[in-house]
Amino acid sequence: MKRIVLWVPLFAFAVFLAVVASGLYAPADRNIESQLIGQPVPEFDLPPALTGRPGLSSAALRGGDPHLINIFASWCLPCRVEAPQLAELSRRGIPVDGIAVRDRAEDLSGFLASYGDPFRSIGADNDRRVQLTLGSAGVPETFVVDGRGVIRHQHIGAITPQDMVAIIAAYEAAR
Amino acid sequence: MIAEAGLGALWLAAALSLLQLVLGTAALRPGGGADPNPLLRAVRPVAVAQGVLAALSFLALIWLFLRTDLSVALVAANSHSAKPWLYKFAGAWGNHEGSMLLWVTVLAVAGGAVALFERRLRQDTLIATLAAQAAIALGFYAFLLVASNPFTRLSPVPVEGNGLNPLLQDPGLSFHPPTLYFGYVGISVAFSFAVGALITRDVGPAFARAMRPWVLAAWIFLTLGITAGSYWAYYELGWGGWWFWDPVENASLMPWLAATALLHSVTVLATRAGLRAWTIMLAVVAFSMSMIGTFLVRSGILTSVHAFAVDPLRGAFILVLLALYIGGALTLFGLRVHTVKEGSTFEIVSREAALVINNLLLSVILGLVFIGTLYPLVTQAMGEEISVGPPYFNRVAGPIALALVAVMGAGPLLRWRRDDWRELVRRYAAPVLISAAALLLLVLFAPGIGILPLLGLTIAPAIAAASVAPLWRRNLRRTPFFVWGMVIAHLGIAVSLAGMASESAFTKETLIAASPGQTTHVGPFSVRFDSVNPIAGPNWTAIEARLTVRRGDGAAFALAPQARMFSSPPTPTSEAAIRTVWDGQLYVAIGEEDEQGRWQLRLWWKPLVTLIWVGGAMIAFGGLLALLGRVRRARRGQPQEVLT
Repeated sequence: MKRIVLWVPLFAFAVFLAVVASGLYAPADRNIESQLIGQPVPEFDLPPALTGRPGLSSAALRGGDPHLINIFASWCLPCRVEAPQLAELSRRGIPVDGIAVRDRAEDLSGFLASYGDPFRSIGADNDRRVQLTLGSAGVPETFVVDGRGVIRHQHIGAITPQDMVAIIAAYEAAR
Repeated sequence: MIAEAGLGALWLAAALSLLQLVLGTAALRPGGGADPNPLLRAVRPVAVAQGVLAALSFLALIWLFLRTDLSVALVAANSHSAKPWLYKFAGAWGNHEGSMLLWVTVLAVAGGAVALFERRLRQDTLIATLAAQAAIALGFYAFLLVASNPFTRLSPVPVEGNGLNPLLQDPGLSFHPPTLYFGYVGISVAFSFAVGALITRDVGPAFARAMRPWVLAAWIFLTLGITAGSYWAYYELGWGGWWFWDPVENASLMPWLAATALLHSVTVLATRAGLRAWTIMLAVVAFSMSMIGTFLVRSGILTSVHAFAVDPLRGAFILVLLALYIGGALTLFGLRVHTVKEGSTFEIVSREAALVINNLLLSVILGLVFIGTLYPLVTQAMGEEISVGPPYFNRVAGPIALALVAVMGAGPLLRWRRDDWRELVRRYAAPVLISAAALLLLVLFAPGIGILPLLGLTIAPAIAAASVAPLWRRNLRRTPFFVWGMVIAHLGIAVSLAGMASESAFTKETLIAASPGQTTHVGPFSVRFDSVNPIAGPNWTAIEARLTVRRGDGAAFALAPQARMFSSPPTPTSEAAIRTVWDGQLYVAIGEEDEQGRWQLRLWWKPLVTLIWVGGAMIAFGGLLALLGRVRRARRGQPQEVLT
């Protein structure tokens, strides 16, 4: 009996190792989805981020056609990575509206000049309030909103070429 | 050139640790141990040389940081030419690779110190100990060289470095990590002693007496490091808290708890030849906790907010090392420890029994902290995500810690082997009366404080009295240093407890949005918000609030909390302004400006909060006195044990 007790520490340590090893290869971070998928877009009205281009309001999203809302910022590096994909989506006739988070007009025009400008309208979300209301935690994120203003799909992080199929499918489904 | 020299020294040190392991194993081979002297003569200098080389490698890294040599990837990623020199220096270990190099350096230097200074341990046990230390070092050298090379060059050379995390740009960085590591990794010596003694079947009082000063030394550094870290977090993070129970803090607390238990059980082994297997177990557990802590912190497995922060290669590497070393030591324990002789017996009411209770309670706290720290991992394995916060730790560890402190008051008043419980009651009468008086005063004059702080404030004065009781009727000039050490360390616990309880019972907080010119109050202070001014430092700019503070009708003094913006990397930090008075601290932080031009001000009046760290320093100082006392006595060849 006493001999067995002496092996208890080793056994406990083995259990610890197993738990930790499983934790090491299954990182705790999963994307936290917006609770608003399937729900109407909350009310908001953002002023234009650039002169000469409309801002973005929830009313404009209920116009009958589906849209992509891209939440981005000129200071955000992954947003530069996804810029070609957004341009491609826009080229295929998918309307893309932007929400610029904590940005300045001059930085924004520089960003659009360098990395392409797929946006129909850009709302200025200077205190991140609208971003948070939409259930988005970071930049970039992209929402697919259908013609009645209901959020159908959320994409967290930069849109890579591999993500295009899913985004386009979500857009088609929202028509 | 310096980087290559540092890397070369590291490779050489790794090679020497392999040599040390091979030589040690050869000397211990059955038959090879007939005359271990030639091999022993070789093992010792090899261990010393290994320590020196590791230290040289670390010095090379410091030099690279001081010169801001941007051709080295680590320097470019973590330093900046515009940084004050102190942070260039301390920045050497303010990152993963550098801190791991410091870790290995302390390991090697501790092994070298054992080889140089240890004269009392049986020779074969010493060889086994040095071989075990070399085996640990070898694995961590491999980790550094394969997965975390601090000397990797960068091409092309960048024009400027990324800078150091501004939260680390504080004099605390030059003191806290090295101190903590000396304790954290220094406790490896106890692990190696335990493994050595298991291999040579040498677990006995003489072994315990040889191990005790090493445990004490590591424990002193650990205590200092934790105390300093707590104060640093307190003033640097700007939240007014002094302990957050976050995994990194727990990683340093767990070895301390195990080392504290070890410190007491090793005394039972040295004095009464008891608790043999238990002492060996604790020595293994203490350093295992250090290694597990290193793993938890370095793999990012617990602190990760984003998947990219986790580096599975590094995590897996350390995990394999853990499996080898801890698993190996526990296997050896299972195989060998039954051959260890039973120690002498003792009665329920005795010094030994009090120390056993001390050990049990410390182990329970250790277990609870361990479970709380790892619980998120367990639930995550079951598909649920939770985090365990201060309420859990305070609620489960708090009451046990209080019980532990109460036993601590009784322990030194008890005789070894057996004592009369009526005598104990008589000796404990005065502290109990003091407790009752404190409780009465608190209930009368400070109603409505929480149960834990109330208990803390009730027993702290009694424990303080009980702590100094061993000096009663002694000739103070002839009292040995280690008795003084015990008294001061125990008194430090009482002082620290009083600070913690007072902080949580009596803290006053004011949180307002204030415009310049406005006056507010916190505790006994009136605070006038005079102005907000922009100021600039060497690598930051800041908004500084000027406050004029007055306590009652006393003289006014100024406080100037800052909201800083560091330029490289651009990060905001809050620099709290703290005014220390004899009975506490006034702590002020400034937040953001709102639309109406008002500024967030957070003010705390924390009565007696300073006692927390004063107590911590006393505990460490008590340890130092005990160490000096033990070493002095060993030098003079006096009998080690006087049954006090």
